[in-house]
Amino acid sequence: MTENNIPLVRLDNAGVRKSSKWIVRGVSFEILKGQIVTLIGPNGSGKTSTAKMILNIFQTDEGKIEKNTEKVAYVPQKINIDWTLPLRVVDFMTLTSNIRHDQIIEALTLTGVEKLINNEVRNLSGGEFQRVLIARAIAKKPELLVLDEPVQGVDFNGEIALYKLIKNISDKLNCGILLISHDIHFVMSATDHVICLNGHVCCSGTPSAVAKNPAYIKLFGEHTTSTLSLYEHHHDHTHS
Amino acid sequence: MFDDFFIRALIAGIGVAVVTGPLGCMVIWRRLSYFGDTLSHSALLGVTFAYSFSINISLSVFVVSTLVALLLLGLQKKTKLPGDALLGLLSHSTLAVGLVIIGLLTSIRFDLMGLLFGDILAVTFEDIFIIWLGGAIILGILYFIWKSLFAATVNYDLAAAEGMKPDVSNFIFTILLAGVIAISIKMVGVLLITGLLLIPAAMARNLSSNPLQMIILSIVGGVLSVIIGLFSSLEFNTASGPSIIGAALILFVISLISLRRNSSLQR
Repeated sequence: MTENNIPLVRLDNAGVRKSSKWIVRGVSFEILKGQIVTLIGPNGSGKTSTAKMILNIFQTDEGKIEKNTEKVAYVPQKINIDWTLPLRVVDFMTLTSNIRHDQIIEALTLTGVEKLINNEVRNLSGGEFQRVLIARAIAKKPELLVLDEPVQGVDFNGEIALYKLIKNISDKLNCGILLISHDIHFVMSATDHVICLNGHVCCSGTPSAVAKNPAYIKLFGEHTTSTLSLYEHHHDHTHS
Repeated sequence: MFDDFFIRALIAGIGVAVVTGPLGCMVIWRRLSYFGDTLSHSALLGVTFAYSFSINISLSVFVVSTLVALLLLGLQKKTKLPGDALLGLLSHSTLAVGLVIIGLLTSIRFDLMGLLFGDILAVTFEDIFIIWLGGAIILGILYFIWKSLFAATVNYDLAAAEGMKPDVSNFIFTILLAGVIAISIKMVGVLLITGLLLIPAAMARNLSSNPLQMIILSIVGGVLSVIIGLFSSLEFNTASGPSIIGAALILFVISLISLRRNSSLQR
């Protein structure tokens, strides 16, 4: 467990601005191996920007970010593939690293889209593409996995299965996961650490502590806490 | 069988087409066709410098096009002018300045048509050497940065996040584009270089279902266009550039038929 004490990423008062307006600032937290950290917050609260700072897509305008791994995989919110680019799923899977064919199939099988391997990415449905995005990220066997709204467009049953998969990946690969999610159920059940953003860190801590935090309740309203209690009734069943 | 100049033009043209194939695909994928136009128009300015200071045309064009590309990248960050307006501004002003300078250089006789539309009679052994050596260097560098460049083409954020250094490969690609313009200016001329980049790649897109296939078909299409174009240029005594681009266009139209067939099969 000692090597788990070195964080994969540590943010220290990090912030990023667009022209003169701060998108998000004063963000401090760390992600350890095997940990799932979730960012929640309303639209425009800086969740994606925080992730992009960690991923070196944005440069921090204040504070600093210390990253102790190069093996990063990213599932962005949206990707558009131009018609002019004939890209198959199999080409997309090896976009940033060389992955063996059997590992490509394995990853696509995990997300249930192995049959689409030779399809053009452009012709996939939103949900199918989302599954391919997740498969590509896990096929890289990353140490740090960043997922930005990973199950958008996926049908309800698929959503539960994919969240279970993400939890399994974190256990199996012992990687750190940064998740941006609206799904309070998953956030509450599988997340180790929740950070509630609204241009700054509103509150953070374990899911149950955040759910009881007045700042969180103020931001999301009372009904979310009842969702939590609803979930906790089911706490005795097991996830395979 | 043929005159020497024709063989030289053929060897030079095939060399150019092999290089424009993969670069043309990138230009289409990255929506850089107007950017390519701007660089090639600035090539005329490069030609005038070459004549003024009696240096090698390809070298001079390469340097000027690279400078214009860097100026463009710099201006894109500095001004609020939209990208296409900025491209138009540089494209037409470099073309205009080039033409003005040509007008002023009264002591040297210019074959303006040759500069604008290509001239196979003008291809020398030195040109062949520059095309094949320059082309090999361009393709070598392209091969080296391909993974990063391709990842950045599909999605910049993904490439940046996963350590592919997309800014570096984007920058190098811009210089390669200036390089390909420099080596192809004698064959197709300033005004039509982008056509040789785009049309074979567009044809290849209609026929291919993965990136590698598209690159190979783009090279094949380019080489065929050069061969057909040069033969008809010899036969009908037309300028080489328009003849090559015309041949490319015919191949593109033929590829549309296959595209229609494929899409009706999918339905």
